[in-house]
Amino acid sequence: MERARRLAYRGIVRRLVSDAKRNRNGETTPHVPSVVPHSPARYVSSLSPFLSTRGSVNPTAFGNLGRHHHHNHNHQQKQQARSISVEAVKPSDTFPRRHNSATPEEQTHMAKYCGFDHIDSLIDATVPKSIRLDSMKFSKFDGGLTESQMIAHMVDLASKNKVFKSFIGMGYYNTHVPTVILRNIMENPAWYTQYTPYQAEISQGRLESLLNFQTMITDLTGLPMSNASLLDEGTAAAEAMAMCNNIQKGKKKTFVIASNCHPQTIDVCKTRADGFDLKVITADLKDIDYSSGDVCGVLVQYPGTEGEVLDYAEFVKTAHASGVKVVMATDLLALTMLKPPGEFGADIVVGSAQRFGVPMGYGGPHAAFLATSQEYKRMMPGRIIGVSVDAAGKPALRMAMQTREQHIRRDKATSNICTAQALLANMAAMYAVYHGPAGLKAIAQRVHGLAGIFSLGLKKLGVAEVQDLPYFDTVKVKCSDAHAIADAAAKSEINLRVVDSTTITASFDETTTLDDVDKLFKVFASGKPVEFTAESLAPEVENSIPSGLTRESPYLTHPIFNMYHTEHELLRYIHKLQSKDLSLCHSMIPLGSCTMKLNATTEMMPVTWPSFTDIHPFAPVEQAQGYQEMFNNLGDLLCTITGFDSFSLQPNAGAAGEYAGLMVIRAYHMSRGDHHRNVCIIPVSAHGTNPASAAMCGMKIIIVGTDAKGNINIEEVRKAAEANKDNLAALMVTYPSTHGVYEEGIDEICNIIHENGGQVYMDGANMNAQVGLTSPGFIGADVCHLNLHKTFCIPHGGGGPGMGPIGVKQHLAPFLPSHPVIPTGGIPQPEKTVPLGAISAAPWGSALILPISYTYIAMMGSGGLTDASKIAILNANYMAKRLEKHYPVLFRGVNGTVAHEFIIDLRGFKNTAGVEPEDVAKRLMDYGFHGPTMSWPVPGTLMIEPTESESKAELDRFCDALISIREEIAQIEKGNADVQNNVLKGAPHPPSLLMADAWKKPYSREYAAFPAPWLRSSKFWPTTGRVDNVYGDRKLVCTLLPDEEQVAAAVSA
Amino acid sequence: MAARLLWASRVASHLRISVAQRGFSSVVLKDLKYADSHEWVKIEGNKATFGITDHAQDHLGDVVYVELPDLGRSVTQGESFGAVESVKATSDINSPVSGKVVEVNEDLTESPGLVNSSPYEQGWIIKVELSDAGEAEKLMDSDKYSKFCEEEDAKH
Repeated sequence: MERARRLAYRGIVRRLVSDAKRNRNGETTPHVPSVVPHSPARYVSSLSPFLSTRGSVNPTAFGNLGRHHHHNHNHQQKQQARSISVEAVKPSDTFPRRHNSATPEEQTHMAKYCGFDHIDSLIDATVPKSIRLDSMKFSKFDGGLTESQMIAHMVDLASKNKVFKSFIGMGYYNTHVPTVILRNIMENPAWYTQYTPYQAEISQGRLESLLNFQTMITDLTGLPMSNASLLDEGTAAAEAMAMCNNIQKGKKKTFVIASNCHPQTIDVCKTRADGFDLKVITADLKDIDYSSGDVCGVLVQYPGTEGEVLDYAEFVKTAHASGVKVVMATDLLALTMLKPPGEFGADIVVGSAQRFGVPMGYGGPHAAFLATSQEYKRMMPGRIIGVSVDAAGKPALRMAMQTREQHIRRDKATSNICTAQALLANMAAMYAVYHGPAGLKAIAQRVHGLAGIFSLGLKKLGVAEVQDLPYFDTVKVKCSDAHAIADAAAKSEINLRVVDSTTITASFDETTTLDDVDKLFKVFASGKPVEFTAESLAPEVENSIPSGLTRESPYLTHPIFNMYHTEHELLRYIHKLQSKDLSLCHSMIPLGSCTMKLNATTEMMPVTWPSFTDIHPFAPVEQAQGYQEMFNNLGDLLCTITGFDSFSLQPNAGAAGEYAGLMVIRAYHMSRGDHHRNVCIIPVSAHGTNPASAAMCGMKIIIVGTDAKGNINIEEVRKAAEANKDNLAALMVTYPSTHGVYEEGIDEICNIIHENGGQVYMDGANMNAQVGLTSPGFIGADVCHLNLHKTFCIPHGGGGPGMGPIGVKQHLAPFLPSHPVIPTGGIPQPEKTVPLGAISAAPWGSALILPISYTYIAMMGSGGLTDASKIAILNANYMAKRLEKHYPVLFRGVNGTVAHEFIIDLRGFKNTAGVEPEDVAKRLMDYGFHGPTMSWPVPGTLMIEPTESESKAELDRFCDALISIREEIAQIEKGNADVQNNVLKGAPHPPSLLMADAWKKPYSREYAAFPAPWLRSSKFWPTTGRVDNVYGDRKLVCTLLPDEEQVAAAVSA
Repeated sequence: MAARLLWASRVASHLRISVAQRGFSSVVLKDLKYADSHEWVKIEGNKATFGITDHAQDHLGDVVYVELPDLGRSVTQGESFGAVESVKATSDINSPVSGKVVEVNEDLTESPGLVNSSPYEQGWIIKVELSDAGEAEKLMDSDKYSKFCEEEDAKH
């Protein structure tokens, strides 16, 4: 690494010197013509005059500014002129140069290395002419804001958001994010830039934290199996509904939802039911009947959306007696006081962990959860963390049962979910770790107490009738004019939930104070004097929860939840876990198809500003004008980027976007009376989510093959489309292809589909190779989702959050999703709307992380974004060129170039050296790197995507590592190393192995640990040996093991 | 089964990417019949026992879970009745002949590895009562199946 850095440094010096020379020669053009032109400020450098005076900063330089300005115009040829150009005094904190790493000189150098004069000729040779855009122009921010201008703009937007005290409830509550968690997880790149923990040996930290999350969920819900988070409570309920359908093997086609569930939960389930051909019946609890014999499951909420806490014991028995599975939506904080759903016999429990220290953020992101019994564990959707052992037999964590997931099972997967909410699950788990069981219970009791005071106070006031069912945190009130009270509350900056014209609910939470309750009394008293205070009432308030529903079973008994209750302890625990995980803080993470680019600090900053975090998703829109302005701007910008006419910001991940997009297509066909159009053509090379999403829309999937070059077989597409022209619904296609190639025939493929009555769905996973160069709309697609967590800089968070908004052409815009509580639709808004229903629980999905993509686009401007695409392609080609002498590079375009990612072929090594891709990925850890995407889309290969924000030095370092590993493979091939026992098979090498007294490997410890020079000054240490996948999947353990020391202590005692 | 085993291998074959394979070496037993989806069937009177072949288990790798059908349900030739999960793939098990499930191998619940260690004996999956004895005629004998596997390997 040092060598690389030294070289890079030399490069910088050389460039500065040459800049200086050029300046002296009076060149006014921003140097190297035809190199990516967007390199403002840095290259037309205000440093140059200083350099030209041989480094001695002349204190009078600026003093002379005005005088020399004149000269600058008239005598700029004069060598001695100390004039400063206008460029030089423009703001110096431009952003594109911080994001796009390659300097113009490096660009030219790298292009030449690839056999092209400059970057533009490489791009011209790579992107087919027929789909190439002339240029992209934004109506706003076209030139790009500087970092400080961006912050100022975001401050302005923030000031347009009005944070009222929320009593709305409905699944979203205020919470105190413990500041130690806020700063050390949510605002910490070592946590938020991690990738999904597929490479277990360098992910043990977050794996432990996610296991804490699963343990917390299983403890609180009383069911033994939990996954490591889902997108939101609404989709978690929909996933549970799909599970019920699967448990009953699709034989019972009705799903009943009790009317005491949140409206958004009901709506998301209804949308989802369509694709499964399920009928959803919404009914009052007392009217539910299973006599049809066709009911697969029933969803109830505990506590109900209007606060009531009911005893479901008999209800569950009745359902089970009819063979109906019971899904219960619940609230984690309430479960610290209430009998857990598992003790009622619920089969599946879902909910949101938001109020465990994750801000509301105008709708998300938050971690939802799903827990179930052992019996149904293999039907669970989403990622599950399990305990296994490593090569040395020590306990180690990993993602379990991955073959259920869409990347393997495709259309037969349990769900299409891929990205989850890891970062938010980790925050919620840490909240439980910090507070512990007693602390959580204290918070719950406090919330319950405040609700009790409010209830009692209203009774005393006598102005309204208070519901007398037991409640936890939500009090339901009948009054003569609910809207009048809500309006009065708004005047005191308080938001209440208006259920109907005579019903109001007020939900209390961790942040509510006695003062707030006094304010509520004043609102409800409507001008009458209030003769008491909240404080004065407290002693009279009794616990509302009946003894039969009071929680008696212990929870969070594991030591982890009982030893980190001081800030020092938690800080150190967070850092202990973080130090086990490789993130972008350490090195590039070159995962093909994942676009692990820079997540810039300026982009991340607004995400934790209170004016963005503390707004309830169902707050009146006029209180969120800052957000709304941003949505409108972002919608416009995304439309320009994609060539579409309208955007929905609702889907919470790429897979959710795919699903939403296909449902839009489905709604479109239906609106034209084409109910029969249900055939979806998908290339064999597609992401596994594509067939999984299509299956969820009830589509019939036809797979088409690829030709020898990895391109979609156009003739096969034509045949499939023509053979199904009466029933063709859609084609799903990724562009550039998942093989990392700009296919030439893409426009033709789109035409074939359209001619046969279908719509083209473009998977936006590879959008990073399109921005500014071409666009889905221009190519001919009708719908496309964008993975904002790939191309548009939302960090991966160790496995989520993500965002998957969809863009559509005009004719599809009316069908974009809406929301049952806050009506929404396409941005810009289409003329007519016939929305397909809700896709997510919140109207604008995970609104809190949209500032990240927004600021990225606004700071880059159209030019910076186009350069990013170009440099991403350049970087991939440069790496492919460096590696091609050592590894075969699969698939290239017609001119021999690759797109923004490429595949190296390792299949030959299985025969020559017994080496598989996994061995190479694990050995890369010893070199301090995260392996590229393994065995996808072609088994036995690695797919590498560098992105535009990795420097040449870093690309070289990664290539050096791979080349060095190739040499290690050669040693096996030559017979110098054992096929079974070598440095690759033994990888990774954790300190516990290297430092052990006994060393029995046929290679040296030193070589195992320090195979490259840069590792000596700084090395990331894997914390565990290779994790045994088989062991973990055969003996599935998905909660924290009883602490070994505890067990030992118990035995000795 | 391996024909559908890994969608991935389909990709490879579509791409006509071939990698020199080691010689075909899986065990194929003489007295069994074989389906092209790599299940074996042993027919005794009107009863039949099914499992997946040595070749199939070898391609799947370590089996971690076998999804078994309910007793009494009917299975149809060529249609899926369960699944085998390894750490790298999940594959449907297709029924080589039609009939009614009379017994399932409960041992596989605790020890799915039996499918790897003893594919033809302890790793059997279900027993059925045959509904159409003639169907077995459509299956391959051991010689034909060995050749079939060799050809399939060569393709990939």
